[in-house]
Amino acid sequence: MMLAPAPYFLKDVSVSQVMTQVCIALVPGIAAYAWLVGPAVLVQLVIASATALAAESLMLRMRGKPQALFLSDGSAVVTAWLIALTFPPLAPWWLVALGTAFAIVVAKHLYGGLGQNPFNPAMVAFAVCIVSFPALMSQWPSVGLQMPLSEQIKIILGLAPRVDALSGATPLDALKTALKLGEANIDVGQLLANQDIFGNFAGRGWEWVAGGYLLGGLWLWQRKIITWHVPTAFIGALTLISGALWLHNPAQFASPLFHMLSGGAMLGAFFIATDPVSGCTTPRGKLIFGAGAGLLAYIIRVFGGYPDGVAFAVLLMNLCAPLIDLLSQPRIFGMREKS
Amino acid sequence: MSISLFKFKGGVKPPTHKSESTGLPIARAPLPSRLIVPLHQSIGGMPRPVVQAGDKVLKGQLIGEADGWMSAAVHAPTSGTVRAVAMHAQPHPSGLDALCVVIEPDGRDEWIAREPFDYKSLRPEEVRERLQQSGVVGLGGAVFPTHGKLTASKTVPMDELVINGAECEPFITCDDLLMRERAEEVVRGIGIFRDLLQPKKVLIGIEDNKPEAAAAMRAAVDALNEPYLVVQVPTLYPAGGAKQLIRVLTGKEVPASKRSTDLGVQCFNVATAYTAWRAFAHGEPVISRLVTVSGDVRAPRNYEVLIGTPMEELLKLAQPHPDTDGIIMGGPMMGFLVPDPQAPVVKATNCLIAHCERLFPPKAPEMPCIRCGACAQACPHELQPFELYWFARAKNFGKTQEYNIFDCIECGCCSFVCPSRIPLVQYFRFAKSEIWTREREKNAAEGAKARFEFKQLRDEREKAEKAEKLAKAAAAQAAKKAAEAAAAATAEGGAREAATPAAEIAAVVPQVAAVDAEKAAKMATIQAAIERAKAQREAAQPKNTEALKASQQREIEEIEARRQAANLTDPGEPATAAPASEKAE
Repeated sequence: MMLAPAPYFLKDVSVSQVMTQVCIALVPGIAAYAWLVGPAVLVQLVIASATALAAESLMLRMRGKPQALFLSDGSAVVTAWLIALTFPPLAPWWLVALGTAFAIVVAKHLYGGLGQNPFNPAMVAFAVCIVSFPALMSQWPSVGLQMPLSEQIKIILGLAPRVDALSGATPLDALKTALKLGEANIDVGQLLANQDIFGNFAGRGWEWVAGGYLLGGLWLWQRKIITWHVPTAFIGALTLISGALWLHNPAQFASPLFHMLSGGAMLGAFFIATDPVSGCTTPRGKLIFGAGAGLLAYIIRVFGGYPDGVAFAVLLMNLCAPLIDLLSQPRIFGMREKS
Repeated sequence: MSISLFKFKGGVKPPTHKSESTGLPIARAPLPSRLIVPLHQSIGGMPRPVVQAGDKVLKGQLIGEADGWMSAAVHAPTSGTVRAVAMHAQPHPSGLDALCVVIEPDGRDEWIAREPFDYKSLRPEEVRERLQQSGVVGLGGAVFPTHGKLTASKTVPMDELVINGAECEPFITCDDLLMRERAEEVVRGIGIFRDLLQPKKVLIGIEDNKPEAAAAMRAAVDALNEPYLVVQVPTLYPAGGAKQLIRVLTGKEVPASKRSTDLGVQCFNVATAYTAWRAFAHGEPVISRLVTVSGDVRAPRNYEVLIGTPMEELLKLAQPHPDTDGIIMGGPMMGFLVPDPQAPVVKATNCLIAHCERLFPPKAPEMPCIRCGACAQACPHELQPFELYWFARAKNFGKTQEYNIFDCIECGCCSFVCPSRIPLVQYFRFAKSEIWTREREKNAAEGAKARFEFKQLRDEREKAEKAEKLAKAAAAQAAKKAAEAAAAATAEGGAREAATPAAEIAAVVPQVAAVDAEKAAKMATIQAAIERAKAQREAAQPKNTEALKASQQREIEEIEARRQAANLTDPGEPATAAPASEKAE
């Protein structure tokens, strides 16, 4: 008999349970997204998942790690889904596959595999691809584009020409470009009144996608997979800076609500910045991490050259995470200031 | 009357499995075929055996004499013949044998002359001594000699005396049954502690899943007209850890570096109070205890068991199922699988759980840490277990101390919640024992070095002294000769010849002085070399800890001093059953 150490009871939890719940929490957002941009996004999810599992399997073999144990932990699938959801929905298949493979091989396994990666693999993939293929990474389908699934698949697989209908921009990008190109006489209010692209709060239909992610995120919090710190700090910081600038000059800057419901804000706040491996772990550290990511995301998306800033914001905060953790160690039992 | 309760952070809620063994009253376990009584059954010095093979002993007779202040006596659990004083398997995860007195019972169970004492007629130090002689130790599992905890701090007034009836570990119900059936004696025992420590308040903490025990204790407190408060605390593991219970009842947090009396609070287990009372009211030393026998058995229940009863014999009483494949001593959170079922029940044995895979499924394979922080949220001492784990794994023991590894009470909450099923507590035990070993080795090496240097110094000094003596003798000789010569010269009246020996003397004296100066210079050089070597060694020595905060350094020193004072730093340590400093009950 093996003399295993105590405790002899363990709670019924596992890494794969954690990852599965993250995937479940993504479902409402995915549903809204598929409704908004078409079922092509589901195809991208499949492409990304398959690539991730293949790359994971290959790397596990090369590193001499057990296949079944690690393939079933679900972490590669979470990375794959985040990539599929942040890349343009009609991006060519090889772009999604390349990004996913880079995430798994370089950002994850070359740094030591599960639990060892200093950067969020999905965001590394996004950053690498937007720097390498800026045009393809900016092609978003025009809103309200009616295109049958078969046509969408053809575009993804490169069997049909990437028509002009695809060279739309995200509402966030559309607003930024318009403000940049436009003379001083164009203001945010007028732009948002264009109900072709913009809805009541943010991009037309995008509110629902953001709402879906918010719902899933709240469920994750309720399931204690994530804590409140990062999302609260992220959304709080984003609201504060966008609110301050909006109040300062409403003609030049969009409202906090617009920013919260646009682009990757909700996905970033609940699913990306909350990645425990590459993020902070102490309560105070998580607050700093979330606030920093929210702040940087705003600065990059409003003043920077990229359509959205969540990916770079998270990567920059990943850089700071070890230092933040070191400096934000909590007081322990019996060592509070008062005693 | 009620008080407002406090909370401790973290904690977990494992399935309790308590109802299985509370259905039947306490039963007296029959006399076993033989009794194997380990001499070292408490924290501190190992009692010296005072019997030998062939001796007849009576029930309650002293067989192991307390060794020093931090040690407690051991007694024969029944009358019979000592068969051996020899090494035997004992309940310890190491599987190492320990010195035991093996007694073959004669079946008469004949007591020594028992002398009841009114403790109130004794001076406090006499009460403490009697507790020590009666072998009264903490029965919650930590087996700390009780008399050692009964001195209040000289500077801090005693506010609260906390009596621990929380019993938070799953399966264990021996304190529950004790309180249900013998509440009055428990309450009387608390009186002894109260009179010695003179606290302002006495708080009896019982988890709220034991309403019968709480009711019985309340009834006993009322019947004896004592002002004790029986408080039901929320059921949350490890509420029965001394520090957690103190926190819940008083709001005070006792850090690892402090004694609880430094904060004006002290904590005892209910069973300890019971045995203290039996020691005075009946003159009975601690020769038996209540043990819960549960787990994979047909008839789980609580037994009053003689210390030294082989575990296998005790387990048989509860009829283990055929798939039983081991015995856990203690609870499933902090206990351990007994390496040898022949090991005896000791004072620390509060529970035996028949182990089987149905009840305790084998652990799924360990995965890498994903830093999810579940362990940090579960830790009742608010540590960062995953950080400690990284450092322990990397054998970066200095860092583990910076992250306060010695505040870990090894309660197992972190391992319990870890989704990667990392045996975190195991890593922390490893790190702690490594640190202790290194500390010991460092001290031993330093001691050897100091001895060597002293010897060198002494040799040098002796040589110098010898040389000096020789020089002096030579000088005296010369002086004498000179004086003689001078006398002779004077006698001869040759003034011219006398000049020569006088010059000789004048020449000799500075020569001696020169020799002395040379020696001193040499000594100084040697001394300087020794100092230099010492400084170099200190600079080059790998440090166990670096970059500690001043407060942490202070804390570590205090802990070390206390370990030293409690006689815990000798290498022959592993004889106590509880590896943790504080044991959750």
